[in-house]
Amino acid sequence: MQISITVNGKAYSHDIEPRMSLVEYLREILNLTGTHIGCDTSGCGACTINIDGVAAKSCTLLAVQANGASITTIEGMAKGNELHPIQEAFKEHHGLQCGFCTPGMVMTAADILKNNPSPNEMEIRHGLEGNFCRCTGYHNIVKSIQHAAEKMNS
Amino acid sequence: MIPSKFDYIKVSSLNEAIELLDKHGYDAKILSGGHSLIPTMKLRLNSPELLIDISSVPELNSITLEGDEIVIGANCTHHAILSSEIVNAHINLLAQTAKCIGDIQVRNRGTIGGSLAHADPSADYPATVLACDATIVVQGKQGERSIVASEFFQGIFTTAIENDEIITSVRFPKVANGNYQKFYQSASRFAVVGVAVVKEENKVKVGITGVSDTPYRATAVENAYDGTATAASHAVDGIDVMSDHFADVNYRSHLAKVYVKKALEA
Amino acid sequence: MGQFIGKAVKRREDARFLKGAGTYTDDIKLPQMAHTAFVRSPYAHAKVIDIRIKKAQEADGVIAVYTGNDGCGEYGVPCGWQVDFKNGDTMREPMHPLLVKNKVKHVGEAVAIVVANTLAQARDAAELVEVDYEEMEAVTCPKKAMDEGAPIVHDDWPDNASFDWCIGNDRTAVEEALANAHHVTEIKYRNQRVAPNAMEPRSYIADYNVNDDKWTLYTSTQNPHLIRLLLCAFVLGIPEHKVRVVSKDVGGGFGSKIYHYTEEALLTWISKEIGRPVKWTSDRSEAFLTDAQGRDHMVESKMGFDKDGNIVAHLTDEYCAMGAYLSTFAPAVPTYLHGTLFQGVYTTPLIHLNVVAPFTHTVAVDAYRGAGRPEATYLLERIISKAAKEMDMDPAALRLKNFIPPFDGVNEPGYQTQVALQYDSGNYHATLKRGLEMVGYEDFRKKQEDARKSGKLLGIGISTYIEGCGIAPSAVVGALGARAGLYEVGQVRVQPTGKVSVFTGSHSHGQGHETVFAQFVADKLGIPMDDVIIEHGDTDQVAFGMGTYGSRSLSVGGSAIIKSIEKILEKGAKIAAHKLEAAEKDLEYAEGKWTVKGTDKSISFGDVSLTAYVPHDYPEGLEPGLDFSSFYDPSNFTYPFGTHIAVVEVDAETGKVDLQRFIACDDVGNVMNPMIVDGQIHGGVAQGIGQALLEEVIFDNTGQMISGSYMDYALPRADDLPMIETDRTVTPCPHNPLGVKGAGEAGAIGSTPAVVNAVVDALAHLGVTDIQMPLTPQRVWRAMQQ
Repeated sequence: MQISITVNGKAYSHDIEPRMSLVEYLREILNLTGTHIGCDTSGCGACTINIDGVAAKSCTLLAVQANGASITTIEGMAKGNELHPIQEAFKEHHGLQCGFCTPGMVMTAADILKNNPSPNEMEIRHGLEGNFCRCTGYHNIVKSIQHAAEKMNS
Repeated sequence: MIPSKFDYIKVSSLNEAIELLDKHGYDAKILSGGHSLIPTMKLRLNSPELLIDISSVPELNSITLEGDEIVIGANCTHHAILSSEIVNAHINLLAQTAKCIGDIQVRNRGTIGGSLAHADPSADYPATVLACDATIVVQGKQGERSIVASEFFQGIFTTAIENDEIITSVRFPKVANGNYQKFYQSASRFAVVGVAVVKEENKVKVGITGVSDTPYRATAVENAYDGTATAASHAVDGIDVMSDHFADVNYRSHLAKVYVKKALEA
Repeated sequence: MGQFIGKAVKRREDARFLKGAGTYTDDIKLPQMAHTAFVRSPYAHAKVIDIRIKKAQEADGVIAVYTGNDGCGEYGVPCGWQVDFKNGDTMREPMHPLLVKNKVKHVGEAVAIVVANTLAQARDAAELVEVDYEEMEAVTCPKKAMDEGAPIVHDDWPDNASFDWCIGNDRTAVEEALANAHHVTEIKYRNQRVAPNAMEPRSYIADYNVNDDKWTLYTSTQNPHLIRLLLCAFVLGIPEHKVRVVSKDVGGGFGSKIYHYTEEALLTWISKEIGRPVKWTSDRSEAFLTDAQGRDHMVESKMGFDKDGNIVAHLTDEYCAMGAYLSTFAPAVPTYLHGTLFQGVYTTPLIHLNVVAPFTHTVAVDAYRGAGRPEATYLLERIISKAAKEMDMDPAALRLKNFIPPFDGVNEPGYQTQVALQYDSGNYHATLKRGLEMVGYEDFRKKQEDARKSGKLLGIGISTYIEGCGIAPSAVVGALGARAGLYEVGQVRVQPTGKVSVFTGSHSHGQGHETVFAQFVADKLGIPMDDVIIEHGDTDQVAFGMGTYGSRSLSVGGSAIIKSIEKILEKGAKIAAHKLEAAEKDLEYAEGKWTVKGTDKSISFGDVSLTAYVPHDYPEGLEPGLDFSSFYDPSNFTYPFGTHIAVVEVDAETGKVDLQRFIACDDVGNVMNPMIVDGQIHGGVAQGIGQALLEEVIFDNTGQMISGSYMDYALPRADDLPMIETDRTVTPCPHNPLGVKGAGEAGAIGSTPAVVNAVVDALAHLGVTDIQMPLTPQRVWRAMQQ
């Protein structure tokens, strides 16, 4: 089936099987491997991307469902070498270790801050409900998002 | 994980969807947000031959106030519901319920129609739909019909929807005083117990999910209600209570009473 | 110290990870790469009667279908550690086949593999493989496995024992001391089985090149060289020098990626069979069913005290599950990584631990973050808190009374334990005192009492742990059954321009070696950090290595690099002396240059490097070049320690535990990068809390894993945890050049009993003395009802 998708500002068109998930499309067809597969059944959040302005788990979206949509992945967050303030805050506050959950965390953080520009600690923790991290104990992820919020509001 | 092969058709009208559903019968499934359906397909627990994507059917995407009723289109996402001004103004209970579902990403994509049609016995909406006496509107080959909440849920993953029917909307009355209380399962975050209470003058309406394989109206609580929370002790009267490794019958029954009490007191 | 050591230098690796530009194995795509899907047993124990593969072979895109009858890896995957029976009988070591022929022994064991052009084709065809099984009874509990008449895992060994083992003092002496003790505290529980759950599922790509007769294996492993060794020498019998193992970015390990798994051997074999690269990436369901898991000890223990509260003896019996096969390090975990820590931080004069290690119809158990030490710490810290309650003593005071007095391992000797080890240095009082100060211990009891009056159940739990890292030296571990050395390799290659490439046998999968190692290398050489690059995870680049686990990277791997730096500076001094026309003894090295003492005559590191590679004006007889490799074999383990304290509130109506505060005061020796040490502690603590409150692998009575997905296995989420309050004391390790001890596992080792002690403390006035982990609301509520 033919689909047309805009990913990180670039338009793509491909003929794909309906059963191809969006994450598979991003990784295997577009070679955008920054979006990771941790559980493949919408449990872990590693595959979180932004579709038409909202965060979603790309393992639980078929690529055909995204036909016509505009998608941002982790690869679209930085402007060249200039990191997005959320990415910058993760670096500054050691919000990542192995890096595997990180793209999903950053994409979810962006959604949290879009809907609530000044979240408190508990709001951030609840906001991360759909994202697992096994390395950081979330401590520095929460700190990173707090600092990103401050920076983005200033 | 990859589902078995299937065909996919994105329809632009309800009639088109119903035609297809009628033609393909059990081999077809309706796809809206897909957050209940797709994981089961990836695990190959479910292998439909055709997915009918109704996400672009325009009339299913709105939240409107029609007289005394709040009409939620089946394709409305949990996020759309929890952030809707109409919902927050007239049936805050429903917004509270939507907030308890899944996580940000799931709420952004999952829909009320999909959740109700899936009828997971631990889903959140059923408690609220029951407590509100909401009406589930479905459309099929024979036209439109309304199913009252109390007749909608028929068992585990089983509803009163006929195979050629699609949920088009859910109609809620205005609820001035209601609240949803949830004790979640620590892994899935589905409800071990979810209790929705609607308070009206001297009576209450209580919907309970997670406790039994079918969500139910706790009529024993409603009948015993005396303005205090003591009626909570009747939360599982006559109910066949589910058991799993997170909550056996005793504990789940206890939680049901505690959460009915919380909801009555809130 | 220098410019970088001890500083919170931001991580280099973040640049790629934050942009989604890391290269995890599943991100790699090779031309002509085939994909695979396994056919796995749905039964825990069953005879394989028949496997029919014809339909699968004929399916779209299928290249091949293999079963156990196709001659893949006839020797199976070996175990890397041998623990013999107490009576001298050899450890029973079952052949662990790459594909099962006759009898499956746990759910998820592979019986066939389908190779196809695409993953979807492989998955579709795998559904067409028909297997007839004859299901048999299964046993999953290590204690029940030893019962008379229990289902048999391996027909050759009807009693299901792999080995038994003991350590410490003579059992009779310990029993006598307990009989004569003023007070004896008993405890009985299961240290439950948990699943490691690295967020990146295991992934392998094998690529055989027929023209060069060489293999490349891309693998998500924590120790590429050991995988190559096991794969070549034991499983497939292929030449080691023709195999390159590459493991670059790995998405967490926590132990589960140390081991050599059947899948990586099978793919290596298949790649040659089909003459194409071939990939397998585990899905999460497979990860639950096939990644080695952790813990799973059944424990019964007694600790005796005199009338003043001094510990007089400690006796423990344990049944520790091995699973159906012996994973790479499995036998070491409940023995040398566990029993050797039974001294804890206490002066206990008599200790005895007896371990029985049965096979069970489950996936293997092996080292999971902490590996044996969390289990030892859990026991010690639970039983001492329980004893304090029984003897009506303060749990902090009882610990302080029994602590080993401070010793630095330099002026005072190391502490000889009753269980073989000699601790390097320690000051256990200091971390406890600091921890108590951080939590406000003195005020807490008053707060608790007030809370109880208003119906709130507040509790506090203390844990004062010690652990052993960087297990060594090789000769000793060899005598204890290790089939490998436990040294590390560090090569420092100074390029002609003075830029430095470091090749380490340590492996980073989240630890930040690329940054931390560069910090101390830059400082020791007095050059900018930008001039140093750390390479790891490629057997073609790195001479050899033992990988990363057991918190060994800095203490062992770092020390190997230091040894090479010393050689670089020694040779550099010879070149500098020649160029400066001075005697070597008159030179001093600082800030990247050799200076003739008392003069302004100097030569830079870069000029010396260039001279080494352009040796025109050069010391006679000295080899050109500036490139040294060193093997470092430590003289002892290192022994980090610390105090963890949890404060909880238990919901009186539901039993749900709210972890309000968590305090960790750790001593990991000298600290290279405090930001990274804190991060390691946070993560370890979260995993320890996960075990205390949430996580459990559960099997039903047929051996089905009923917690095999994130719908049923509760991994800690952000809102399950509080901020972790950290501080540290510094007691340097006396026997390695950096004075470091290790921080990777400390958090997971200390935290679990602190949380459980806190919950039991919150409910103590209700008569609660024990609750089985994980402390789910249901279990806590039940405890409150009794």
